[in-house]
Amino acid sequence: MDITALLNALPGGVAQGLIWGIMGIGVYITYKILDIADLSVDGTMVLGGAVCITMLLKGYPMWLSMLSATVAGMLAGLATGIFHTFMGIPAILAGIITQFGLWSINLKILDDKANLAINAQKYNLMAHSGSLRTTDPANPLPFYENTIFVVAVCAIVIIGILYWFFGTERGASLRATGCNPNMSRAQGINTNVNKVIGLMISNGIVAFSSALLSQYTASVDINQGRGAIVIGLAAVVIGTALFDKIFKNFALKLVGVLLGGIIYYVVMRIILWFRVDTTLLKLFQALLVAIFLAVPYWKKGLSKYFAKPVKKGGQPDAKS
Amino acid sequence: MLRVENIYKTFNPNTVNEKKALDDVSLRLNEGDFVTVIGGNGAGKSTLLNALAGVWLVDSGRIYIDNINVTRLPEHKRAKYLGRVFQDPMMGTAATMGIDENLALAARRGKFRSLMPGITAKEKAHYKELLAELDLGLETRLTSKVGLLSGGQRQALTLLMASLKKPKLLLLDEHTAALDPKTAVKVLETTERIVQKDNLTTLMITHNMKDAIAHGNRLIMMNNGRIILDISGEEKKKLTVEDLLEKFAVASGKELDNDRMMLG
Repeated sequence: MDITALLNALPGGVAQGLIWGIMGIGVYITYKILDIADLSVDGTMVLGGAVCITMLLKGYPMWLSMLSATVAGMLAGLATGIFHTFMGIPAILAGIITQFGLWSINLKILDDKANLAINAQKYNLMAHSGSLRTTDPANPLPFYENTIFVVAVCAIVIIGILYWFFGTERGASLRATGCNPNMSRAQGINTNVNKVIGLMISNGIVAFSSALLSQYTASVDINQGRGAIVIGLAAVVIGTALFDKIFKNFALKLVGVLLGGIIYYVVMRIILWFRVDTTLLKLFQALLVAIFLAVPYWKKGLSKYFAKPVKKGGQPDAKS
Repeated sequence: MLRVENIYKTFNPNTVNEKKALDDVSLRLNEGDFVTVIGGNGAGKSTLLNALAGVWLVDSGRIYIDNINVTRLPEHKRAKYLGRVFQDPMMGTAATMGIDENLALAARRGKFRSLMPGITAKEKAHYKELLAELDLGLETRLTSKVGLLSGGQRQALTLLMASLKKPKLLLLDEHTAALDPKTAVKVLETTERIVQKDNLTTLMITHNMKDAIAHGNRLIMMNNGRIILDISGEEKKKLTVEDLLEKFAVASGKELDNDRMMLG
């Protein structure tokens, strides 16, 4: 129980939390704005990394690899969107079908291998765990090469773009689609097209975060997306449960999701520091997310018992 | 303005729950007509409105709005010509969005949604004026979430949204039924004012016979998916509730015994 071990682990927790926070922003778009639980992200969370690392290894520049990863994710979102709208499959199933199919696609991208490593020193990665601690005190890394800084800048740019988009005519119609599809159609909004657009944006962001994650760990693993939706949801529900009262502005709500991701990972690091059996870690994660998801439901249920009783008829003391 | 030719709609065909909801309905509305629709439960009033709005497609027959054949047009495309207010106050607005944002959505009905700003400062000023006319104090709460408004305020706002871009046809589906009597009167007054201001062609379902008589220049009564009565002009002005009950009995061959049809 060495406290310095914990302190040493924290920057890693923050960096990973930020990367998963970006992924959480993707989940926020479907889960909170469109009111769809999109499970394709479990596949997209591998896809982005697979595309990015494979392209980097083949010598393509960083910007093109990241862009391709994002576009690949958007195509996965398009697939889910078509399954859901054009083919009428319930959203959850549509996501699972995409996720299932992506398994083969991801393996093909990885050249039939279950994982692929990349040399962080050789390929000058945007994010890698080695950037968090300076190994050579005489030659410290400049702050702008620190993963936490790089990922935070990416996150802010993404939040900025989303803030702009959801303020446009199209973005506003997307929010209406998630909030009230009947009203949206009555106002001439094609809700199906909007759902597809939302799924594409969401999966694009998730694939981007996947590409960052693969660079951070300097490898892609065919299993790195397993349960990604749970971690993404954790970032969303922790972010909204803790910050919803303070953050009213849309951009700040997204910052809340980012913070939710960081809090989640730091808590996980602390749990690991207590030498909890790592096999049980997923069980703790599942329970943590379940409890946070229950918070709004409980809040509603409890207010029923604590609310002031209303007199029937509405006229108190009418007889006197 | 509106031409409905022999439309049919059957729900759950070839099952035990088969229900002929619309049975050879034809209807013609002239520009500026304000038609009230009455009838018992399951008479086909809401079904008729939904058929016009394109919530689903009719089995056969044709629907023309302003000589445009809209029979096969999906709901969101038909919305270009229509303004709609629903019975459920929750249904006509986006609860998590602001009053101004809801109006801005309605202002773009029938337009391609681009990447231009969803609402402009100029629009906001205009909405403020329109809201002030409603006389509900909403003009000072422009950015409040619609979810915080009362049912009556929401219906008034939905009415404003429906008429913001002048629709060719305004469809009101028992839009005061879920409100308390006092609020219902106020929303009806607002309806009357908005309809008259723009001379809107209107189809209003109501379960209140007095309202059906007091409003509009024409009244139709439905039963079993058919229009059984169509009264307009001078005859409508002289109409009383007793007349209606009698006419119903004659037209349908049975007594009107529906609890939901309010006589008073």
